[in-house]
Amino acid sequence: MARKLLEKAGAKIGDLVRIVKSDGSVYEGILMPRYMAFSKPIIVIKLSNGYNIGVRVDDKTVVEVLKTREQILREAAAGAPAVIPLIEEKPPSGPKPRVVIVGTGGTIASRIEYETGAVKPAFSAKELLEAVPEIGFIAEIESEVLFNILSENMRPEMWEKIVDSVAKYIQEGFDGVVVAHGTDTMAYTAAALAFAFQGLPVPIVLVGAQRSSDRPSSDAAFNLHAAVLTAAKAPFAEVVVVMHGEPSDSYALAHRGVRVRKMHTSRRDAFQSINSLPLAKIWPAQNRIEVLLKPLRKRREQELVVKNGFERKVALVKYYPGMDSEIIDFLVDRGYRGIVLEGTGLGHVGEWLIPSIRRAVEEGVVVVMTSQCLFGRVNMNVYTTGRKLLAAGVVPGEDMLPETAFVKLAWALKQFDDINEVKKIMRTNLVGEIAARHTLDVYPRWNHG
Amino acid sequence: MVEAKLDVTKYDPRKLGLRVGLEIHQQLDTKHKLFCSCPTKLVEQPPEKPAFARRLRPTRSELGEVDIAALFEWRKGRVYEYYAPDECSCLVEADEEPPHSLNRDALVIGLSIALALNAKPVDEVHVMRKIVIDGSNTTGFQRTAIIALGGYIELPSGKKVRIQTIAIEEDAARKVDERGNSVRFLLDRMGVPLIEISTAPDIETPEEAYETAFIIGQLMRLTGKVKRGIGTIRQDLNVSIKGGVKTEIKGVQRLDLLPKVVLYEAIRQARLLEIREELRKRGISPQDVERESKIVDVTEIFKNTKCRIIKRALSRGGRVYAVKLPGFHGLLGVEVQPGRRFGTELADYARFWGGVGGIFHSDELPGYGISEEELSKVFEVVGARKGVDAVVIVADEPKAARKALEAVIERAKMAIIGIPKETRAALPDGTTKFMRPQPGAARMYPETDIPPVEITDDILAEANKLKPVHPLVKLKELKTKYGLSEQLAQQLLRHVHLDFYEYLAEKYGDKVAPTYIASIFINILRNLEREGVPVENLSENHIEDVVRALAQRKITKDVVPQVLEFLAKNPTKNVEEAIKALGIGAISLEEVEKLVEEAVEALKEEIMSRGMAALSKVMGRVMPVLRGKIEGRVVAEIVKKKISELLEKHR
Repeated sequence: MARKLLEKAGAKIGDLVRIVKSDGSVYEGILMPRYMAFSKPIIVIKLSNGYNIGVRVDDKTVVEVLKTREQILREAAAGAPAVIPLIEEKPPSGPKPRVVIVGTGGTIASRIEYETGAVKPAFSAKELLEAVPEIGFIAEIESEVLFNILSENMRPEMWEKIVDSVAKYIQEGFDGVVVAHGTDTMAYTAAALAFAFQGLPVPIVLVGAQRSSDRPSSDAAFNLHAAVLTAAKAPFAEVVVVMHGEPSDSYALAHRGVRVRKMHTSRRDAFQSINSLPLAKIWPAQNRIEVLLKPLRKRREQELVVKNGFERKVALVKYYPGMDSEIIDFLVDRGYRGIVLEGTGLGHVGEWLIPSIRRAVEEGVVVVMTSQCLFGRVNMNVYTTGRKLLAAGVVPGEDMLPETAFVKLAWALKQFDDINEVKKIMRTNLVGEIAARHTLDVYPRWNHG
Repeated sequence: MVEAKLDVTKYDPRKLGLRVGLEIHQQLDTKHKLFCSCPTKLVEQPPEKPAFARRLRPTRSELGEVDIAALFEWRKGRVYEYYAPDECSCLVEADEEPPHSLNRDALVIGLSIALALNAKPVDEVHVMRKIVIDGSNTTGFQRTAIIALGGYIELPSGKKVRIQTIAIEEDAARKVDERGNSVRFLLDRMGVPLIEISTAPDIETPEEAYETAFIIGQLMRLTGKVKRGIGTIRQDLNVSIKGGVKTEIKGVQRLDLLPKVVLYEAIRQARLLEIREELRKRGISPQDVERESKIVDVTEIFKNTKCRIIKRALSRGGRVYAVKLPGFHGLLGVEVQPGRRFGTELADYARFWGGVGGIFHSDELPGYGISEEELSKVFEVVGARKGVDAVVIVADEPKAARKALEAVIERAKMAIIGIPKETRAALPDGTTKFMRPQPGAARMYPETDIPPVEITDDILAEANKLKPVHPLVKLKELKTKYGLSEQLAQQLLRHVHLDFYEYLAEKYGDKVAPTYIASIFINILRNLEREGVPVENLSENHIEDVVRALAQRKITKDVVPQVLEFLAKNPTKNVEEAIKALGIGAISLEEVEKLVEEAVEALKEEIMSRGMAALSKVMGRVMPVLRGKIEGRVVAEIVKKKISELLEKHR
C-alpha cells in the first residue's frame, strides 16, 4: 500500500513529501527508508524538527513530492559552515612510521547524513584522519578497503585475501598493518593471520568497535588510535587484537590473535585473552605501550614468510549430551578432512561416538579434541573415555581455544600433505597458541567479595 | 545615552512584543526506566567510587558540521566519570548493552496526557537520537520520540495556547560535581521516562507563561502517574521580543520563578537593543571594531601591580593582554539584567571561548587593585581615548587570554549588529547566564537499536483509561470524598501538590482529618512563607513525616507550624530531631494523668470547695508543661475525670 502510493507520487527516499490522509490531516516531512520493508501501510517521514514519525496510509491518502532530495542537499550545502577540524594543530613534519589500515567491514569511522539519518562508512585515509586526527600524529596513514562485509559473513577465502593484502604492504616496507574488522568473527581471522605469517617483521593489528562509530560514545576512535599506536610503535611483531581493556576510555589491550575470544555480546571490553595474559596494555592518550608478556618475535627480527591457504573441509563440532554419532559419520561421508571436537571437561564425548570417531581416523580424517570449558588444558589420560578416544586416534588439542584449533587445522591441512605431520603440528606451539605452563593467575573470578 | 542602572519597572513586556514558547519536562512514575528494566528510583548517596570514565567525541554531520561546545570540551580533554549504583543502573545506562524496547507503560501515560491536551497521537512512534555531548548521557545522545502532534490548552482568560509536539524521552544522568578536567555524573536518573510538551510561541506575558506551565503541570499530575518533588519537573523557555532573537533558556525548576525569568530575558533583549542604538548613534560600525580592536601584550605595565588576580596569573607564567573597544565607553557598565552588566556578557564569552576566569573592563576600573596609573598606561598603549573608548584586560596563559579577547571582540561586534543566538542557563534569582551558542538544526538521527511502535487501538484504549479527569470533576470529588469546603477544594485544585494531598488524605485520612491536611498546604505553609520561612526547602518526605507523626500522635496539631518551620530551616533534620530540638516531644497519657493527679492533689482544697469550677485553675497549672505535647482538649478531659474522681471519693 505504502509502496504503491509512493510510486504513484514518484517519491524517493530523501524527498520532501506532503501526505494528506483521508481524515484531512496533513503531514510534511522528508521521506525516510523503512527498516522493516513495507509490511505495514505506514510511511515514515522526518519532520522539520528532526523527529521521525510513521504515518498510516490507505487508498484514499494522497502523497505529493514538494522538493527532491537533490534540491534539499544542494540548499543545505550552500548554507554549510566551514569545516572545523577536531584538532587545530597539524602533526609535526618529519619522518614517522608508516601504517596502513586495511578495511574488511564494520564501520570504524562513519558519518551521519542528518537529512536522512543514514550512516555512511568513511574509509579513505583523508576521511579517517578527519574523523580520528590523533592517528596522524603517530604515523603516516594509508588505507585500503578490501571488502565491506558483516563479520558473520566472513569465510576462509577472505582470510586468504586479507593475508595477501597484508603481505603486500609488509613487503612494501610498512611499519605496521591495522586490519579493521567486524567483532563477531575477528578472533578467527586473527588466528588465521597468526598462522599464515610464519615469519613476521612488524605487528599486524586487528581492531573493531562494539559501539558504532556514528555515536559520540563510540569506542571506534579510541580503539583505532590504540591500534595505530600498536602497529607503529609496539616492540613486538605478532598478530594481535586491540580493543578496549575496560568500560573506561583508559587503556586498550593487545591480545594474541591465537589466544583471544569475544566473551561478551555487547561490552567494550568483550575481548579477553583465554589461558594467557594479554600481550600488552596500550594507553593511547598517553602514547604508551606496556608489554605484559615476553614477545615471541621482536619487531624487525624476522624476515617475512607467508604460508597462505586454508582447507575448507574442516568442521568445528560442539559435543552435547546425547549427540548422535551420525553427525560424525555425515562429515566423514562428505569428505571432511578435519574435525575439531569441542568436548566436555578434560576432553570427552559420549562413548557411543567412539566407533564413528575411530572410523573417521581410519579414513584419514584428523580429529582434534578441545574443551568447551575454554579455560584449562585437555588431558585424556585421566578417565577411561579419554584413553579410549586417544586409542581411537584423537589428537589432544592441549590448551588451544576450540576456534584457534579449528583455524590451525584448516591451515595445517593445506600446508602439509602428510597427515602425521599435521597431527604433530597440531600438538606443537607455533605462534603462542599452546603453552606448557599455566600459572594460577590466568583465570578470571567474579568480584564476589 | 543608556542609563547604566537598570530600572526594571520601566519595561512593560506587553509593549516589547514578547513571545514565549515553553518546553515542559516531567518525569513519569513508571516501574521501569524507558529503555531497560532498572527501577526509576534515585539513590540518596552516590557509590563510593565512579565505576568508569569516558570521553565523548564530537560527531560530524555529512556537511562537516560539529557541535562547537562539544568540540571545546573534547579538545580540553574533558573526562566524564560515572557513578553506577547497582540497584538502579545496568549495562544499558553504562552504554555497554543496546537499549531494550520502549517502555509501553511510559508510552501509554504519555498518550493519556496527549489526549487530555487535545493532541493527535502519531500512527507509529520512532525513537531518535538527539546528540547531547555534555556527558549527561553516556551514549552522547538522548533518546527521544514524538508520540503526538498539535493540541492546545485554554488559559483562564479564554486564550488558547497551542501545543506543537509531545515527546517521551530519557532523563539524563545527575551531575554530582566537577573537578579540574573531570565531570562526575550519577547514573540513577538516566533513563527515567520524561514527557516533553512543547508549546507554540503563543505566550505574550510573563503571567501567561506561568499560567500555561501551571495548567499543563496540573493536568499531568491529575493522571496520578507522574513523579512529584523538586527536580521531577523542569521548564525550558524560548523567549524573544520584537527586534530581538529567540533565546533558549534551560532548567527553570521552580514554577514561581518562571515569570521573572521571562521578564528579565525580555528586558535583557530590550537593553541590548538600547546599547545597539547608542552604538549606532555614536557612529560605531563592526568594521571599526574589526580595524581598531587589536590585542596588545601589556604585561610590562602590571609588573608591580597590586591586583591580586593579575599577580597570581603572572606568577603562574601567564601574561596580561588588553584590547580597545572603540566608542564603547560607559556601555560595558550598563546593566542588562539586575546585577548583570553588558561587561558580564563579554566576560561570559571570554570564559566560554578562552576558558579564562574572567575579564576586567574600563567601566569598573580603577578597582580590583588596578591603579589609575596602570589604567592610563593601558589606554595609552592600546591607543584608546578616555571617555570615548572602553578597554578590556585579561590575565591568563597566553593562548587562553588571546582566545578570550578574540571572543570579546566578536561579542562587541555582535552588539552593533543585534542580539546573538544563545542558549542560556536560568539562575536562582531569575537572571540568566550564557551557556553556549545555540546548536544548529536539531541533530537527530534514528535510534536503529529500537524497533518503531505502532500506535494501535489497544494502546489508545489504555491511554484513554488513564486520561486525566477534567478539573471540575476533580473539584467535586475533593468535596464529596474528603469533605472539603468549596473554597478549600478550589484552592487545592490549583495547588501544585494536589496529587500529593490526595495521596496523604488517602493514606492518613482516617487518623488525621483530610480538611486539616488540606489546611497544611493552603494555610500553614503559605503563612510560614509569608513570614519568610524558607518553605521551598521542605520536601514531600518532610511533609509526609509530619502528617505521619500527627497520625501516630507523636505531635499535636498546634505545633505543626513550629515543626515545619524547624524542618524548613534545617532540611537535613527529621521530625524526631525537630521534636527533640523544640522540646515538644509528645507525652504519654499515663504521664499526663500523673501530672494532672499531682495538680489536683495540690489544689485539693479549692476543688473541694468550688467543684468543677476549679477546672481552669488545674488546667492553668498543667498546660504550661504540656503545651505542644498533647492537645488541650485531651488534657481537659483528663482533668475533668480526675476532678470527678476526687469529688466522688470525698462525697
